[in-house]
Amino acid sequence: MDALPLRSRGVSNFVTVRRNLTNHVVTGVAIISTILVLVPLVAIFGYLLYKGASSLNLAFFTHVPVPVGEPGGGMANAIAGSGVILGLASLLGIPVGIGAGVYLAEYARGTWLGAAVRFTADVLNGVPSIVMGLAAYALIVARQQHFSGMAGSVALAIMMIPTVTRTTEEMLATVPKSVREAALGLGIPKWRTVLSVSLRTASPGIITGCMLAFARVAGETAPLLFTAFGNQFWSFDLNQPIAALPLQIYVYALSPYDEWHRLAWAGALVLIVLIMASVTLVRIFANRGVLKGGN
Amino acid sequence: MNEPKIIPLPPVPEEPPSAPHRITPSPMIKTMLPQTEMGSPVAVAPVTPSAVRMFLQAKSSGRMADGAFASLMVVCALSIFAIVILIVSVLVSHSQLSIKAFGWHFFSTRTWDPVSGDFGALPFIYGTVLSSLLAVLMAVPLALATSIFLLDICPKFLQAPISFLTELLAAIPSVVYGLWGVFVLVPIIRDQAGPVLEKYLGWTGLFVEPNFGVNMFAASVILAIMIFPVISSISRDVMRAVPVHQREAVLALGATRWEMLRIGVLRNARMGIIGSVILGLGRALGETIAVTMVIGNHAAIMKNLFAPGYTLASVIANEFSEATGDLYLSALIEIGLALFLVTIIVNAIARLLVWAVVRDNAGSAH
Repeated sequence: MDALPLRSRGVSNFVTVRRNLTNHVVTGVAIISTILVLVPLVAIFGYLLYKGASSLNLAFFTHVPVPVGEPGGGMANAIAGSGVILGLASLLGIPVGIGAGVYLAEYARGTWLGAAVRFTADVLNGVPSIVMGLAAYALIVARQQHFSGMAGSVALAIMMIPTVTRTTEEMLATVPKSVREAALGLGIPKWRTVLSVSLRTASPGIITGCMLAFARVAGETAPLLFTAFGNQFWSFDLNQPIAALPLQIYVYALSPYDEWHRLAWAGALVLIVLIMASVTLVRIFANRGVLKGGN
Repeated sequence: MNEPKIIPLPPVPEEPPSAPHRITPSPMIKTMLPQTEMGSPVAVAPVTPSAVRMFLQAKSSGRMADGAFASLMVVCALSIFAIVILIVSVLVSHSQLSIKAFGWHFFSTRTWDPVSGDFGALPFIYGTVLSSLLAVLMAVPLALATSIFLLDICPKFLQAPISFLTELLAAIPSVVYGLWGVFVLVPIIRDQAGPVLEKYLGWTGLFVEPNFGVNMFAASVILAIMIFPVISSISRDVMRAVPVHQREAVLALGATRWEMLRIGVLRNARMGIIGSVILGLGRALGETIAVTMVIGNHAAIMKNLFAPGYTLASVIANEFSEATGDLYLSALIEIGLALFLVTIIVNAIARLLVWAVVRDNAGSAH
C-alpha cells in the first residue's frame, strides 16, 4: 500500500527538479541570446558613429567628389540627387498606395478582389529590390538607351506602393464605423466622407506608414545601380544619370583608397541621420497639423 | 484642406481627429451622439431640409463624383496587379535570347563564361541557397529566444528599449551593413574567428584555409543579422496572437514557464513561426548589396565556407552594368526572373501561413 505513493512521490520529485532545471536553462538561453543579438547592433551603431563622426567635415556637405589622389571632396551632389530621386518616387508611389489602401478598407472589405489585392501587395513587398531595378531598366533604360534618375524613381516608387497600401488599409480599419455613418447620415457623399472623415481621422498613422516606406527605400542601392547609375557632378536632370548617396557609399566602400573609405563612412552616417531626421520631422509636423485640425 | 467649407457642419467631421487612435467605438458614440442631437439636423430634416443638407446638396451632385472616386480607387488597387504582370512580362521578354539559347539547362550548368558566351546559373543558385539557409540556421534560434525573452521573461522597463533596438536593426540600409561587413566583420572572420573555426571544425571540410575573410561564411553572418528583425518581430506578433487563456490553462495545470511556452504558445503559434522563418528566408534570398560586398564574387561550387561564392542577386548587381553583348544581358535578366519567381513563391507560402495563424487566433480570441 505504501510503496506506490512513495515511489510516485519520488518520481514526481525527480521530474519536478528536471522540469525546473529545464525551465532555468531555457530562461538562461533566452537571456544569453538576447545579449548576443544586441552585440552586433551596438557594434554597428557604435562603429558607425565613431568612424562617421570622425571623418565628417563641412566639405562633405558642400563639395562634389574629387578625382582619386586629391584630398577633400564631398558628396553634396549625391545628397541632392538622393533627395530628387526620393521626392519623385514619393510623388509617384504614395498616391497610388493610399488609393489602393482606401479601396481595400472602404470599398472591398470582405470581397475576394480585396483579398487578392491585399495578398498581391504582401507578395510584392517581398520582391528583391534588385529585381525592381532590373524591371525599371528593362522598362525605361533599355527603351531610352541611357540611364536616368527617373528610372530609379520608378523602381523606388514601385517598392513604396505595397507598404503604403497595407498601412493605409490598417489605419483606416481603426477608424470607428460610427464616425463614417454619422457623416453619411448627414448626406455627405461617400467620396467626401472618405477624404474628409476617414482619411483625416487616420492621417497620423497613414503619414507614419508613408514615412516608413520612404525610410525603407531611401537606403536602397540595388535598384539604383543600373537605373540612376550615379555621377560625379551636380545634376538635377531626371532624364540623365544622377548621383545618389547609397550608390556613392557602395562605390567608395569597394574602392581601394583610404580617402574614399573615409567618405563612405561619413556618407553612411549622414544617410542614417537624414533618414531618421526626415521621418521624425514629418511625424512631428503631421501630428501638429492634425491637432490643429482637431481643435 | 478646405477648412472653411466644412465649418458649417456639426462637429462630426471635426471631432474624429482629436480622438485617440485605437479607441474602442463605445466612448466615441457616447461623446458624439448628444452633440449631434443637440445640433439636431436629423430631427428637423423631414420637415424642411436643414442648412447643412442644403449646403451639401448644392456642393456636390453625389453620384457622379462618387462613381469617379470609387473607380479611381479601384484603378489604384488594380495597378498593383498591373505592376506584377508588367514586371514578369518585361523580364520574360528581355530574357528571351537566353531562354532560347540555353533552355532549362541554364539552371543546371556550372559554367559562367561571359567571354565565350556560355552561361549557366547553377553556382549562383548554390550560393544563394547555401548562404540563405546558413543565415536562417543562425538567425532562427536567436530570434525565437529573443522573442520569448521579450514576451515572457524581460522586466517591463527593458521591454520597450530592447524591442526598439531590435527593430532599429531593420532600419539600417543594406549598404551600411555591407560597409560594416567589409571593414569590421571581414577582418574579424579572417583574423580571429577563422583560425578558431579551422582548428575545431576544420575536419568537417566546411572551414578550410586559405581564408581571406570575404567568403560564404561572412555573407551568411551578415544575412543572419539582417533577417533577424524580420523573424523576431513577426514571430513575436504571432506568439502574442495566441489567446491568453491558452497560457493560463497550461499554467493552471502546474506547468513551469518553459512548459507553458512550449505547450501553450509555441505549439499554437508554430505555423506562424514557420511562416516568419520562410519570410526571413525570402528576404535573405533576395538580399543584394551587403552580400555582394562580402561574399567574394567567384562563380564556383565549393563545400568550403571559407571559399568565396556568388549569389543570384549579387551577380546581377556586380556584372549587369558592365555586361557587354545581348546574350550576357539576357542571361543576367533571366537570373533576375528566376529570383523574382522564387521569392514570389516563398513569400506567398509564408504569407499564407502567417495569415492563417493570426486569423484563426483572432477568431477564437473573440
